[in-house]
Amino acid sequence: MTIRCEIVSQDRTVFTGDVDIVVLPGAAGEMGILPKHAPVLTTLKYGIIKVRKGGKEELFTVAGGVAEVQPDIITILADAAENVDEIDERRAEAARKRAEETLAKGVPADTDVYLAMEAALRKSNLRLDAVRRYRKGGMRMPTSEN
Amino acid sequence: MASAREMRLRIKSVKNISQVTRALETVSASKVRKAINAVTATRSYATKAWQVLKHVAEQPGRDSLHPLLAKRESVKNTLAVVITGDRGLAGAYNSNVIRFTAQRFDPSTGSNPAPVKYIAVGRKGRDLLIRRRKDVIAEFSNIPAAPTFMDVSAIGRLAVDSFKNGEVDEVYLVYTDFINMGRQIATVKKLLPLELGGEGRVEEFEQKSANGPAAAYEYEPDQKEILDEIIPRFTALQVYQAILESQASEHAARMIAMRNATDNAKELVGALQLAYNKVRQQGITNDILDIVGGAEALSAK
Repeated sequence: MTIRCEIVSQDRTVFTGDVDIVVLPGAAGEMGILPKHAPVLTTLKYGIIKVRKGGKEELFTVAGGVAEVQPDIITILADAAENVDEIDERRAEAARKRAEETLAKGVPADTDVYLAMEAALRKSNLRLDAVRRYRKGGMRMPTSEN
Repeated sequence: MASAREMRLRIKSVKNISQVTRALETVSASKVRKAINAVTATRSYATKAWQVLKHVAEQPGRDSLHPLLAKRESVKNTLAVVITGDRGLAGAYNSNVIRFTAQRFDPSTGSNPAPVKYIAVGRKGRDLLIRRRKDVIAEFSNIPAAPTFMDVSAIGRLAVDSFKNGEVDEVYLVYTDFINMGRQIATVKKLLPLELGGEGRVEEFEQKSANGPAAAYEYEPDQKEILDEIIPRFTALQVYQAILESQASEHAARMIAMRNATDNAKELVGALQLAYNKVRQQGITNDILDIVGGAEALSAK
């Protein structure tokens, strides 16, 4: 018994496949979705999506978005999503530095710019977190804590 | 007949123009490729977002679900977001959109008796709308070549806001649908209140889903909050997608127009060259006749 999981970000399809369980960072806390789950519509927080299939786990960072759960399919519309294995640590670090520096210079007048920069900072922090936590030493990740 | 010198100048200027049009064609060809990539890249997200919206709209009692889904009883004002390009020289691309808009929202045809306000996206569209004395309430020009969602989300936000505060009761989106390199069609899509399976080419977004009418959702955190977030955003996403489609169409239209111009210039140069050669040969023949005539007159003595 599997459930179909589709993760799409605004510019590409990040993941599709039939899986056993998906754990996602819902607005009201982590939720694990098994096949035949009741329909749910939830917003996502910044966090990690875990997708498990046959004992193998894949991790994705997600920077907010929406998830729609139907009994046979989970659709995750992420504002940005990435496979943890694909994250370029150096680039994420550089992005974080850049965002911090600009924010340190003072609050820009344009709210949109400010929000975009804040989001960038949060995003790169999240990616760095994910990489450091889950990719240490041969990148075998601890199985579902939380 | 024009003098040989005049003709030489004419040929030169036509050749120069054909060089310009050929350069524009090449540039557009590479731009259209990029634009098509951008459209297809966001299409999977747009498809999924549309599906989710559709499921939401299938929920029982949709009219009371969210103000952006509710149909207004009388339509007093209409808003049309018209997407065109910033630049001309794209064949009939800009004028097609405007002509289509004028027809679709013509108050005398009765299909749309309410007064129409316009948001113009693209400088050409703004100019053409103002020339037709339309009520343009906002304009967005200089959309970057490969816009991100952030770049254009303000357009969607403005449309949603004016719908929400009751300034307008219906919002339409007029853009150019990219079918293929040779075919782009001006289309209209109803943006608000959200309508599924209305005008426009929405079927493409829909995918058959095995499960029948969706059961009622559980909402997390709660219904109002989540619908407040996703419905405006997905509306803006429709605008974004439409802009990408329009850009692909614009570049394709420009490329074809420029190719035609280059071909025509080539033909013209050929015809002019032939005429010029004739004039030149005529001149040479006349000169020889003069010389021969002169020599004859001398030797006859």
